[in-house]
Amino acid sequence: MTRLSGGLIDRDRTIAFTFDGRAYRGHPGDTLASALLANGVRLVGRSFKYHRPRGIFAAGSEEPNALVELRDGARREPNTRATMAELFDGLTATSQNHVGPLNFDLLAVNDLLSPFFAAGFYYKTFMWPRAFWEKLYEPAIRRAAGLGRLAEAADPDAYDKGFLHCDLLVIGAGAAGLAAALTAGRAGARVVLADEDFRLGGRLLAESDLLDDAPAVDWVAAAEAELRAMPNVRVLARTTVFGVFDHGVYGAVERVADHLPDPGQGVRQTLWRITARRAVLAAGATERHIPFANNDRPGVMLAGAMRAYANRWAAAPGTGGPVTVFTNGDDGHRTALDLAARGVPVAAVIDTRADAVAQGDYRLIAGGMVSDSKGRLGLTSVEVTANGRREWINCAALGVSGGWNPNVHLASHHRGRPVWDAGSNAFLPGAGGPVGLVPAGACVGQGSTAQALADGARKAAETLADLGIAAGQPDLPKAEDRSTAAAAFWHVPGRKRAWVDHQNDVTVKDIALSHQENMRSVEHLKRWTTLGMATDQGKTSNVTALAVMAELTGKGIAETGTTIYRPPYTGVSLGVLGGGDSGAHFRPRRLTPTHHWAAAQSAVFVEVGQWMRAQYFPQPGETHWRQSVDREALAVRAGVGLCDVTTLGKIDVQGADAGEFLNRIYANMIATLKVGMTRYGLMLREDGTAYDDGTCARLAEDHFIVTTTTANAGPVFRNMEFARQCLWPELDVQLISTTDAWAQIAVAGPKSRALLDRIVDGFDLSNAAFPFMACASLTVCGGLRARLFRISFSGELAYEIAVPARYGHALMARLMEAGADLGVTPYGTETLAVLRIEKGHAAGAELNGQTTATMLGLGRMVSARKDSIGAVMSRRAGLAEDRRRLVGLVPVDPAQKVVAGAHLFTEGAAQDTANDHGWVTSACFSPHLGHSIGLGFLEDGDQRLGEVIVAANPVEGQSVRLRVASAHFVDPEGGRQRD
Amino acid sequence: MLIPHPLLGLRDAQEFTYLGDAALIDRPDPAAGEDAFCDYVFLRDNPAGVHRELWYHEQGDRSWLVVTRNTLTHEILGAELARDVALARREGRA
Repeated sequence: MTRLSGGLIDRDRTIAFTFDGRAYRGHPGDTLASALLANGVRLVGRSFKYHRPRGIFAAGSEEPNALVELRDGARREPNTRATMAELFDGLTATSQNHVGPLNFDLLAVNDLLSPFFAAGFYYKTFMWPRAFWEKLYEPAIRRAAGLGRLAEAADPDAYDKGFLHCDLLVIGAGAAGLAAALTAGRAGARVVLADEDFRLGGRLLAESDLLDDAPAVDWVAAAEAELRAMPNVRVLARTTVFGVFDHGVYGAVERVADHLPDPGQGVRQTLWRITARRAVLAAGATERHIPFANNDRPGVMLAGAMRAYANRWAAAPGTGGPVTVFTNGDDGHRTALDLAARGVPVAAVIDTRADAVAQGDYRLIAGGMVSDSKGRLGLTSVEVTANGRREWINCAALGVSGGWNPNVHLASHHRGRPVWDAGSNAFLPGAGGPVGLVPAGACVGQGSTAQALADGARKAAETLADLGIAAGQPDLPKAEDRSTAAAAFWHVPGRKRAWVDHQNDVTVKDIALSHQENMRSVEHLKRWTTLGMATDQGKTSNVTALAVMAELTGKGIAETGTTIYRPPYTGVSLGVLGGGDSGAHFRPRRLTPTHHWAAAQSAVFVEVGQWMRAQYFPQPGETHWRQSVDREALAVRAGVGLCDVTTLGKIDVQGADAGEFLNRIYANMIATLKVGMTRYGLMLREDGTAYDDGTCARLAEDHFIVTTTTANAGPVFRNMEFARQCLWPELDVQLISTTDAWAQIAVAGPKSRALLDRIVDGFDLSNAAFPFMACASLTVCGGLRARLFRISFSGELAYEIAVPARYGHALMARLMEAGADLGVTPYGTETLAVLRIEKGHAAGAELNGQTTATMLGLGRMVSARKDSIGAVMSRRAGLAEDRRRLVGLVPVDPAQKVVAGAHLFTEGAAQDTANDHGWVTSACFSPHLGHSIGLGFLEDGDQRLGEVIVAANPVEGQSVRLRVASAHFVDPEGGRQRD
Repeated sequence: MLIPHPLLGLRDAQEFTYLGDAALIDRPDPAAGEDAFCDYVFLRDNPAGVHRELWYHEQGDRSWLVVTRNTLTHEILGAELARDVALARREGRA
């Protein structure tokens, strides 16, 4: 154990966890990283490319090395940063990216082959032969280079989405964020305070400095208590604000139950969409390191992280052995002082500044640098070069401090480009960032505790003043005010490999090579070397890499520039982006009014868009869907059948100009339609293509009911609203969708009139009183209001009857009961399709957005006597000259099948594009005819009746001879539906 | 994105369906012929900068809006009922 005294852990309770199968113990308040360090574990993983042994490098979300697979089974989550995983009882973690045991990774041979794996290796090597890429190179590379393994079972946890609104969003709850939140909260503003850590306080938790002569955590606790007690403030710990979106919308993920063994009945994570009038970005800063030869060994870490582990988590870095610190500023000295104060032996502080002065009782090597290290699986010694002499110093850990990079990420999300500040040797948020986002504290270079507190309070007050909210300045505690500046010392020169980006294994040499190969822009450098492109997005490496590049080009860092950051700040799981919208809840499921009735009849359902529709109704003894469908179709043609057609879109159109409006919507004439009659209508797109069809019924002079196809119910309504509001706003017309208001049932077959006669309230259904295409409002079943349309999709005598949706189920049951002696048969969408193909009615496969009214045989419907949407464009040569026509298709050998999608050719012609004469749109087995039939578009089809052609289906390797026929296989004269 | 609906105030862009260039309001006179319709149907401006475009409040009150938006910054400079815009153009033309 290398546990120190003190720290913000609860020693009264012990937590058991395992890493790579070995059992360890930690305490509440630990992260997996701090618990591993406290147990003396330094080696935690292998690097991405070279499989080098790696240890914990940082103490926060910037961690590049310590990625583990957390949990197991369906909850196994790869690439989890050990520094962010809060310890819980029973936690299991596994190291990743190695073949064989972690301490003897077989793929470590890659490290010996490293001269071949330099920058641009993949681009240069796996080029040819081209055929090798998919079969050989890519699988091999993926196997070797993958990080963790995904869980193979479905995610068992629930996720949620939530919405928050506030005056001020404060991002980060360190010194600046807490001061900002207190200022705004006390002023009565609506505040959301979010921090990615599970405990508020930021760096205040990691430092030993006092606030008002008391431990900083006391002030943090008081501030947190005050904020949590304010009704206008919402505190979100474990919440990462990952992106800034337009108009003050911020995305945040709250890890609600990631710290629990199992979320139980609760959600695992919540995606918050926060609409904030203003935001204060108090994201703090991330320490950078200084590359030197072999600087990636377990035990080499950021000096500030080392201090955090000692102060906050009472975990000694290394295995309790002596520690060295390598720094280019005063900050490294703070680590040495804090470690010494906690009883960790400090072997030496190596400061690059020749004039550095020791700030305590430790050995200082001023003007020195660490030039190499030893220790295969963990650091054992470092080589120090100073004043021309080299010396090896034994140590178990080395803290490296290269200055601090302000966390400007969110400030650059709207292409706000960070600007180089030569004074502090850091990039600061630049102009052009998100509107309403104000950076404060260390992320804008105000890095001492006193500066951060004051800046947070001031920025909050200024921002609120913009909104007209007056805020006083809080009494801020007395705090340290040391400089956080570092000297411009970027890397230790040398010939050995010095890592810049630990996670993607990018070294100083790779940057030099990239420069040598003329990758001069930072964007090219990034892509050629993959620097900053790993899961950590280069939080600890980007600026250092730019500095190295600037040195190589001889340009300054300001001129070299920087890449900018995009959301997300840290990785966001797809699960939480989906929220609850997964599985059955992926989209709304709409049930027809007769759904439960159909389910009780053992109907098989099919998804049609959002709708669930009865596909067919199997009867006892039927073992194949075709048996059910053939029975249903024959029953309709011989007797009477019932089908729920509620899903067809219904649009109620009313107003003095309703007829004129519909004249402009439909290609055919509607204004002349008599009250009490229905007309088939065809809509075109404005480009002249056929769009949608349906019926239009006129219930009154100023009242029409339009039906659309199921699929286009929404789009047609949208287009009609567009026409009404944008094209012809002067017309007196109103629209409303009534698709869900009316249950509609098709009653089809020669006995349909007899059946309906039994439920209408004295309504005359005779052919003379209620002819084909008539419509009426009436009552049925003793007073239930209904609408009746004599329209037919099947070609038989048929009606559609509509009743208020809540009576749909009852109406269906009543019709079944009333028609029992007539053999009334419910039918589903499959039979509906068979009946309409037999009749030659167009549906979705024919109205597929590539066909015209003329192709459909409806060319004469496009009225030349009036304007309508698409009329002008339908007459352009490109469409008018299309000679393909809708025809019926019958196999010459009745035993053979017509297959939808097959293309049509003249017999003997080569089956290629040049000879293509059209295609089969719909096909089915016709129980009425006893063989397969189809519909299709065929070149000059209207003049080729009787001709034998070939339908080619190269996908399945078939060719079938078909005879061209009329598309109306049943009752072509239409007598059945009319009489 | 938030869209300032003239009747309902700020509404989330997710409630809307986007159509594009507000020039679609200016449907040619049917007598203008095929060329005019070709331009209307197929040619759209897609400027980098201030753009007037049509949005439909499909998950709301079904208003078509003309939204003036800077496509570079997503700043929204105004929103009007498309019906009002169309009627105003009529008057201008008459």
